[in-house]
Parts: sequence; structure tokens; C-alpha cells
Amino acid sequence: MDTSLTPIPPREFAPAQARHLLLRAGFGGGPKEIARLAESGLDRAVRSMLDQPPAPSTDSAPPIDPDVIRPLTEKERSQFAKAKRNKDEASRSALRRLINERRSQDRRMLGDLRRWWVGLMIDTPIPLRENLVLLWHSHFASRHRNVRDTFLMYQQNQLFRQHADGSFAELARAVVRDPAMLKFLNNDQNNKRKPNENLAREFMELFTLGEGNYAEEDIKQGARALTGYHVEDNDFVFHERRHDRDKKTVLGKTARLDGDDFVDVLLDQPACPRYVALKLYRHFVADVSDQIDDVPSPNRSVIQRMASMLRKNGYQVAPVLQTLFKSKHFYDPKIVGQKIKSPAQLVAGTARTLGTPTRSLGTLSDALRAMGQDLFDPPSVAGWNGGRSWINTSTLFTRQNVCTYLVTGKDPRKKKWNRKQAGYDPMHLLADIDSREPKPVVDHLVDFMLGEHTPAPRREPLYKFMQDRSKGVTPDSMIALLTLVAAMPEYQLC
Amino acid sequence: MPDPSAYTRRQFIHSGLAMVSTVASVPVFLSRSSDVMAQTSGPLPSNPGIPDDRILVVVQLSGGNDGLNTVIPFGLDNYYKNRPALALRQNDLIQLDTNTGIGLHPALRPIHEMIGDGLATVVQGVGYPNPIRSHFASMDVWHTGDTLSNKGHGWVGKAMDTTRSKNNDTSLACISLGPQAPLATQGKHIKPVTFDRPEMFRWAGRDLHPALGKTYDQLNTPPTHQNNNDPASFILRTALDAQVASDRVRRAVDQRPATSFPGNSLSRQLQMIAAMIRADLPTRVYYVAMGGFDTHANQAGQHARLLDEFATAMSAFYRELEATGHQQCVLTAAFSEFGRRVQQNASGGTDHGTAGPMFLFGPQVNPGLIGEHPSLTDLDDGDLRHHTDFRSVYASILDNWMKIDSTAALGKPFKHANVLRV
Repeated sequence: MDTSLTPIPPREFAPAQARHLLLRAGFGGGPKEIARLAESGLDRAVRSMLDQPPAPSTDSAPPIDPDVIRPLTEKERSQFAKAKRNKDEASRSALRRLINERRSQDRRMLGDLRRWWVGLMIDTPIPLRENLVLLWHSHFASRHRNVRDTFLMYQQNQLFRQHADGSFAELARAVVRDPAMLKFLNNDQNNKRKPNENLAREFMELFTLGEGNYAEEDIKQGARALTGYHVEDNDFVFHERRHDRDKKTVLGKTARLDGDDFVDVLLDQPACPRYVALKLYRHFVADVSDQIDDVPSPNRSVIQRMASMLRKNGYQVAPVLQTLFKSKHFYDPKIVGQKIKSPAQLVAGTARTLGTPTRSLGTLSDALRAMGQDLFDPPSVAGWNGGRSWINTSTLFTRQNVCTYLVTGKDPRKKKWNRKQAGYDPMHLLADIDSREPKPVVDHLVDFMLGEHTPAPRREPLYKFMQDRSKGVTPDSMIALLTLVAAMPEYQLC
Repeated sequence: MPDPSAYTRRQFIHSGLAMVSTVASVPVFLSRSSDVMAQTSGPLPSNPGIPDDRILVVVQLSGGNDGLNTVIPFGLDNYYKNRPALALRQNDLIQLDTNTGIGLHPALRPIHEMIGDGLATVVQGVGYPNPIRSHFASMDVWHTGDTLSNKGHGWVGKAMDTTRSKNNDTSLACISLGPQAPLATQGKHIKPVTFDRPEMFRWAGRDLHPALGKTYDQLNTPPTHQNNNDPASFILRTALDAQVASDRVRRAVDQRPATSFPGNSLSRQLQMIAAMIRADLPTRVYYVAMGGFDTHANQAGQHARLLDEFATAMSAFYRELEATGHQQCVLTAAFSEFGRRVQQNASGGTDHGTAGPMFLFGPQVNPGLIGEHPSLTDLDDGDLRHHTDFRSVYASILDNWMKIDSTAALGKPFKHANVLRV
């Protein structure tokens, strides 16, 4: 395997490489996008992926009301207290009902938020940004199930978008003041008198250093540094009186550390850039172990060079990605087509590459949950593990079925399907070839959907299938063919 | 909101190019592939090594169950001192041991009844040396049975690996319910069949046209003797396992239960397991998880609801097994990755701790209360010292119930905890 991070020769950047770049950096693209990228050449192609205009204006924002979940007003609180004192069950249950209604409204907004994000992944002109938001969502994982406030989850999602390919250091400093994270890891209850260690622990173990690079005592002292980092309604607030202002020692550094200092101490550790580089590598390059010691040494050497780039560039992510996306390593045959797509990549990628109608965003976001990637509710603070953990006997069926849904439009909730309901003309995928003979058509689609590296025996059943269609290559038989190719094991890879 | 389970439906009425599917339950391609695969077309043999009538169910209580408010040492003074807001009053408890003063949380009444019927036991103070307080790392320890390097394969998977032989199909040896296959069930060779909902457990493309099903089967058949570890081969093998498991499992869980189950999530999962046991699947280990035990704040009400779900589900499960005549075959073990700190925190909750109780169910258990409650005065930095190593419970389950040499799974022999009568 070529582990060099020097660029491939410009002439080697052909449509197959453009396809690979689109799949890994974004969610994949249609034939026209691949052709355009290949023609523009390696440098401009990579720059166009990284060229990120400022975060989208609020015009495209989902309908999120920041005040659905809000603290009780003074009046409500005194009503509650009075009802409790007087054992006034009627008033108490009325107030409880009010709160429950707000919770239900919040759950509905969460559905809106999920649909909005899936739609954005499918439609965005800047797919790398959404791809990075997915990475940070999994890295700095928070769960709505615990936060129970959709606006805070949205706010956090926008934070990831704002810092997507910026500086990881700035992102980490922002996360330690992010209300969703502070709530999720109970730091809003971390006080001088009774420290709560949750945020300190996860910041070291999962966000910056990885296990084994700190001691239990560092967690205890770090928790003290984070005391008083609280949330008021939708905003971060520093409660000075609940903050422990004494000296702490974290990883050998002794000072009157506060939460921001604590993050800076972690960012100064040599383990940190390596840990972040491993995350980037696993997200964009290969499904290696999440334990650096278990990563095969060729891959590890690439990660180490990425880590030193991060350190030299003040944790800026874009330069690392730019080098990576041009590198010989990135286009090595042992890298191409060997990574398992995340459910979001699969769904957004299928819609983007095949140009299918978007169908129902609600159905798509429910399918993501069934495939193990419930947006805004990752399985734990460790996020999604990715790679082979996406694939099991049941997620595999759902993965195949969601592709069937996108291609055919057969509503999974209804028993009937009429091919006219497909509302999709797949013939545009054949614009670049003149032949309408089964074999060249199959080859063209397999190269496009699975990659040129797909061996001949894997194509045989598809040739046979198309040869057996009495009407030849028609929109109907093409829809059937796409459904089949998308149900092949190789389609799960990118 | 659309129901994700609607992804697969057995029957479709079609128009246009589609026709009603009449796909045979076991795909034709299976019967003509390799010797190993040929086994799946006939009745499935069970695994040598594990007696046919022995099944293990593992229930994972995720998040770190507060053991001190589950099996409650009301007789130890420090309990009330450390838990001023969270302690349960002695009068509200179900008393188990009046000498030391041990009682059960009132929500565990169904389990107390099971103890009376000889169907449940509580192992006190279960843990391991140098406890880890991270959910993930501690869960890995429990899943691998390895306290030193919590990597590699799972204890169930490693044990089941030893039952594997050339003429023995193990594709359904282990079933886990939930979104992801737990590490505990992952062996070097044995991989669990995993699903959340049985209705989703099938490829919907078959319903479009019969020709699609045929080509799909060809595309998802591994070449014979293929044993590559590249990702495409891995997915291909998974596809084959899914195909075989799909029909059997869906047929099994379509049955109505003989008794009634509560409406909670753990009960729904255990109801499916009871149906699969009743349908005589060759499955020897079932794995389920129930989450929500990470009670850092406002614990009291939440914890009571969680314990109620756990207790009513276990009780309903064994009533159903009794009604279908399978009670003798099923041993259940319930664990959590750690207990919680002795002292409550300032948020009306508790933080990550160490040792906690394990529960075992089935007519094979030594009913009652096993082991001693950890001391509330001799603490390890504010945490309980474990009394029984969890691996001594695993060892007893593997050696005495599953009849699998436990050293294969645990790396070395462990003294058996006195939990079983078999």
C-alpha cells in the first residue's frame, strides 16, 4: 500500500478518482458532476470540495422555536409550589400537563430537525461540510434523549457547521461552553461543593486524548476546573460562585484552571492531535480500529503525519484534508472501495448519485434510525463506531430496502406499487454511452455505482438479468437493474 | 410519523410489472452450495457441546444500575447517611435478610415472588479488580470477560466458538435484539443474528418482480470455500446469514404468546425470545438490553420505573415459558456495567461506581440471596469493594449450564460462584 501523502500525478486524476473523491469527501455525485470534476483536474477538484462559503443564512433554517423548552416563570413556579402545599391535585396535574405538552411539541420539532438535516445532506452544494458535521456530531456526541431540548441540539449542530473544516481547537473550546453538551454530560450540575466528573472524563477519554492518556486523578481535578460551567435557558453561563477557584493539577500543569484552561491543557498534550487525526482518518480514509495501537503500521504512519500537520497548523482541519484528498495514499487500490458507507452516506449518496426524487424525508430519517444512525441520538457519548459495526443481518436488509425505496418510490408503508409512481427516469444515467445493449449498459452502471474495480464474475448475474428482459433496456428494466445493483454487498462500500 | 417497520411487508398487491411474490422460504441457492451451507436446507442440528435443551438469555441493564437502591442494605447505618434524599425507608422495602438488613426495592415485588417460587436469585456485590468507571470501558470488561485488555472478542462468542465444527451450522446460534450486535456475542467465528424488529428482516425488492429475487440471490451468494476477510466478503457472508435467519425468525415471532405481557419495551423483547424458544430455533444464546440506568440526576422516580419494567418483564417471561413448557430450558442472567457511588450527588442522582448485584432467573438457580453485601464502611475511595468476581458467575453458567469449558472464554479457570443447582 502506498502511504505517501504527496499528490498523485495530475494525469492520474481520471473519472474513477473523481468518483472516489466525491464519495469520500461528500456523499457522491451524478455522472455530470464526476465528469466536471475530472475535467477540472486534481487541484481545482479538491479545492472545490473544500471551498466553503460561509454557513448558510437562516433562510434555510428548520422551524425550530427556541422557547418550547424554557425554564418555568416565577409565576408558574409559585403556582406549582402553592398547589403542592395545598395538595391541590387539579392544579398540579394541569401544570404537569402543560409541561408534557411542551415535551411533545419538542419531540415534533426534533422530527422537523431530522428531516431538515437529511434534506440538506441530499441538496447541499457543499457536501463536505455536512459530512464534517456528521463527523463532529459523532465525535462530540450529545443525545436529544438526555438533553430533551431540540433547540439546543440545533444550536450544537450549527456550531459543528460553523467550525466544520476550521480549527479543531476552536471547536473544542466552543464545545466546553455548548449548552447541549453541558446538559448532556450533567455539567450544569457540576458545583464547587460537589463536583460532577462526567464532562471532564469524556472530554479526556472521548473528545481529545483517548483512554490511557490520563489518570483518574486528572479527571477529578479537571471536574473541579469545569465547575460553574452551567446553562441558563438556551445559553452558556459561568456561575462564578459555584466555580472552584483553587489550584488544580491536570496532567502536570498546576494553576487556578477554569474550564477553558482545562481544554487548553488537553490540546497541548501530544496524544490529542494523534487522537483527532485517527478520527479524521477513520472518517475519510479507512475502517481501521479506533485504538491507535491496533491500527496496522502503514495506516498508523499516515495518521502520525496527519497528526503532526494538525499540530503545526494549529489544529486547522482544512489543510490536512487538502493534502489527504490529493495524496497517493487516498487513491491507493487498497483504500478505494474498501470503506463501509455510513447510513447517512448511503441514503444521501444514493439520492445524489442516482438523482432519484428525495421521496419522504421522514421515511428517510426513520430509515437512518433503523440502520443504527439516529441523528441527534447517537448510541452514547462515544458516538457511532462506524465500519463493520454498521453491518449486521438486520441493518443490511434495511440498507437494501431504503435504496429500493429511493429508486422505485414504493412507499414502504403501503402494499401497492405502480411503476408510474416511481416518478423517476433513470435513462439520464446513460447519457454518456450510445449503446443500449445489455452488457455495455450494465458495465457502465456498475462502473458508476460500484467502481471500475468490480470484477467480471460479479457482473455476470446482472448481464443475464438484462439479457432476459424481453423489452431490452427500458426505464422499467433500468429501475429493476438499479435496485439490484444497490442490493449488492459492494454497494455498501465506497 | 411513518413507521420504519413498514420497510418490509410479507405480502404486496402489485400492478404493472410487479406480481405477487411466491418466494420459497429457504432460497434455492442454499441447497446447492457448499457442504456447510447444505445443512441449512434440512432441519438444523444444534451445537454439539451445549445440550439441546439448554438456553441462556442475557439481559443487559445499560448505564450502570444503582445497586444500592436495588438490593438495599437498610441494616447498614451508612446507607441512610450517604443517601439522605435517595434512601428508601425500611418499611417500604421487601425484606430479604433481616439479620444483616437487606431488602429489595419495592418495584421488585415480582422478582421477590419468583424467589419464593425458586425461580430467581440475587448475587450481591459483583464486580472485578481495579474497576473502571467509564461506561464503555467497563461494559467492554463485562462483555469480554477480560479486565486487562478489554478488547477482542466477547465471552459468549468465545464460548460458542468452541462449539463450532465443520458439520455444524452455527448461523443461528446466537440472536441479539437491538440496533447493534453486542461485543459479548461476537466470537472469532460466531456472529449473532441481530435485529430490532422482525418485520424489517427481509429484502423488499423481491416484491417488485420474481426475476429480481432470483438475481438478488445469485448476487448475494458467496463463492464456495470463500473465507476472505475483506469488507465485501464480510458483507456477503452477513447477507447470507440474514437470508437464512429471516424466514425462520419471522415465522417464529408471528405466533401469539400463550400468556399476556406488559406493554414495556423489555417485555416486548422477551416476548419475542419466548416465541423463538417455543419455535425450537437452534439458538442457544439470546441477548437483550434495556437502557436508561445512567441516573446522574433526579434518580428516584426514574429508577423505580426502570426496576418496575425489569421485574414485570422477567416475571411475564417466566410465566410464558412455564405455559409453553420451556421453563426448565432457560437460564437468564442480568447484569449492569457497574453500580453507582455510595454517596448520592447534589443533583438527586448518583455517579458512576463499582460493584453491584447480578440477577439470575430460572428453575436451575439457587434461589435467594447469594454472597455478602459489600461493606459501606470499608470503601475504596468512596466506592464499594466487590465480593464476587463476575467471571465466577460466568464460569458457573458456562461450565455447569452450557457445558462449555469456561477457560476458553475467560482465559483461565475461575472458582464457580454458587449460583446454580445444576
